Amino acid sequence: MSVLVYIDTLNGKIAKSAMEAVQYGSKIGTTTVITNGSIGERSLAELGAVGASKVLVNRDLASDDAAQTARLVKAAAESINADTIVFSQDLTGKAVAPRVSAALKAGLASGAIALPDSDGTIKVNVFSGKAFGKVKVNTASRVIALTPNAVGVEAGSGTATVEEFSADLGNSSYTIKEVKKQEGDILLPEAELVVSAGRGLKGPENWGIVEDLAKSLGAATACSRPVADIGWRPHHEHVGQTGVAIRPNLYIAAGISGAIQHLAGVNGSKVIVVINTDPEAPFFKAADYGIVGDAFEVLPKLAAEIQKLKAQN
Amino acid sequence: MKLLVCISKSPDTTSKIDFTDNNTKFNESGVQYIVNPYDEWYALVRALELKEQTGGTVTTITVGGAADDPVIRKALAIGADNAVRVDAEAGDAYYTAFQIAEYAKANQFDIIFTGKETINYNGSQVGGMVAELLDQPFVSLATSMEVNNNVAVINKEMVGGVEVIELNTPFVVSAAKGMAEQRIPNMRGIMAARTKPLEVVAPVACDQMVSFETYELPPAKSDCKYVDAENMAELVDLLHNEAKVI
Ligand SMILES: Cc1cc2nc3c(=O)[nH]c(=O)nc-3n(C[C@H](O)[C@H](O)[C@H](O)COP(=O)(O)OP(=O)(O)OC[C@H]3O[C@@H](n4cnc5c(N)ncnc54)[C@H](O)[C@@H]3O)c2cc1C
Repeated sequence: MSVLVYIDTLNGKIAKSAMEAVQYGSKIGTTTVITNGSIGERSLAELGAVGASKVLVNRDLASDDAAQTARLVKAAAESINADTIVFSQDLTGKAVAPRVSAALKAGLASGAIALPDSDGTIKVNVFSGKAFGKVKVNTASRVIALTPNAVGVEAGSGTATVEEFSADLGNSSYTIKEVKKQEGDILLPEAELVVSAGRGLKGPENWGIVEDLAKSLGAATACSRPVADIGWRPHHEHVGQTGVAIRPNLYIAAGISGAIQHLAGVNGSKVIVVINTDPEAPFFKAADYGIVGDAFEVLPKLAAEIQKLKAQN
Repeated sequence: MKLLVCISKSPDTTSKIDFTDNNTKFNESGVQYIVNPYDEWYALVRALELKEQTGGTVTTITVGGAADDPVIRKALAIGADNAVRVDAEAGDAYYTAFQIAEYAKANQFDIIFTGKETINYNGSQVGGMVAELLDQPFVSLATSMEVNNNVAVINKEMVGGVEVIELNTPFVVSAAKGMAEQRIPNMRGIMAARTKPLEVVAPVACDQMVSFETYELPPAKSDCKYVDAENMAELVDLLHNEAKVI
């Protein structure tokens, strides 16, 4: 098998989700990485430690323009005769993978959460995480978009060879006027630890205790939909069926009732902790650990205990 | 402006999800279908707002059988001018995108809208595929959009932030939260929808690229372990030593 993995390195870093995609590819076949941006050759060679044999880098494409990125991936796929193309199902993957699939007539399995089975079917998330489906690809080559945080990464040793790769990218389809970076450096879709809060927090002025706990853990923050709708928190924090779907190792939910639409986006989390004053809150049915109590008292106590743990280690 | 909005049906968000026929089919019994929320709340409503500002038409397109008509009427009740249904089961995203692209080629739209994803298959596939098939730009996950003459300024989500971009029509855009606010259809809209044109067209031959073989439900959660609110040291110990997540 010849595998091509596209990773986004535009911000000069290799994201964890990118490493997951590379290692995932390397378990399927000989893996070549294609990337764009200005990241240094030495960092790219380190992708060998997660299974890449070769890294192709294109320095001409400095944006996430989906049409141009798709042309780049298509050219790289053709140059190495790839039969499997892997993306991370992140914001770039969502824009580019369908274009590549249609351009190459290669069936797309999106939202993959595991390696292909021996019969070639690929397990993906469906019904917003309420179920899984097994996708069979009927075309000669295939595109897989991998859900962030679904498979782990273990770095081994090894270095990849790095080569410059040029391709006819065509014109860009849009002009970028401005880039507004999100505050905080832990991105919610790929965070391993998430602290989330709902209407039980009563107002935006009370989010300090949520942020303090997140900070003590090194976690990202999230919220329920009404909280984003009334503007207490930014939209990109809204998790659930109509928000971001996440699957962190730990999801702590304070003052969230656990409506079915909320659960849909978070029930892939490995461990769920629920803090709620109402012992009948439906969220407790989906929880691994439950605390019946007032978030205003529990969150600061929990943060203090986490800090104690961190101080010991 | 001629605007086309792709409308999919999806099970109501409170539907019980389970499967029949040896787990090869979604069990539709008792399931209420709705307009996929991203298509309705964000794509359709933003298209209607643009039409109200600048004039033009809003057409919806759905690939599906006659059972989809009530959902299409709902989109008309919210305000779309006319609807097209390609009379075929939407086999996979590529098949669906191919039908939409064929219709769009023959009818030339300024902007084609899709929702961010459907809440049943969550693929985020159709918009990008339509754009590729039409060789048009694809703006994925737009959170706001202004259009003046043929120039659009769009805020779109990107990894780690938001990008403000400018481009000319025609293009394909997928709509995410922020684009617009949900509109509840009023009685007049619902009455008018009954007589608005819903054109049924035959599909164009196209092979499906992927198929769903089987489905499964996640394993049942084991019981919740309760920890006293006064004893956060115990919770931290459990998370550290038992669950091993911190
Ligand atoms: C089509 C559709 C799509 C939807 N999509 C989503 C989605 O993607 N994501 C989402 O989150 N929701 C979604 N919803 C909304 C969902 O149904 C719920 O309304 C929402 O999740 C409730 O948010 P909440 O838990 O923050 O608020 P509430 O339901 O108001 O719950 C607040 C909770 O806080 C508890 N509480 C109060 N005070 C305290 C305190 N001091 N300490 C601790 N606990 C306290 C209460 O006991 C209660 O359980 C959707 C709804 C629809 C119809």
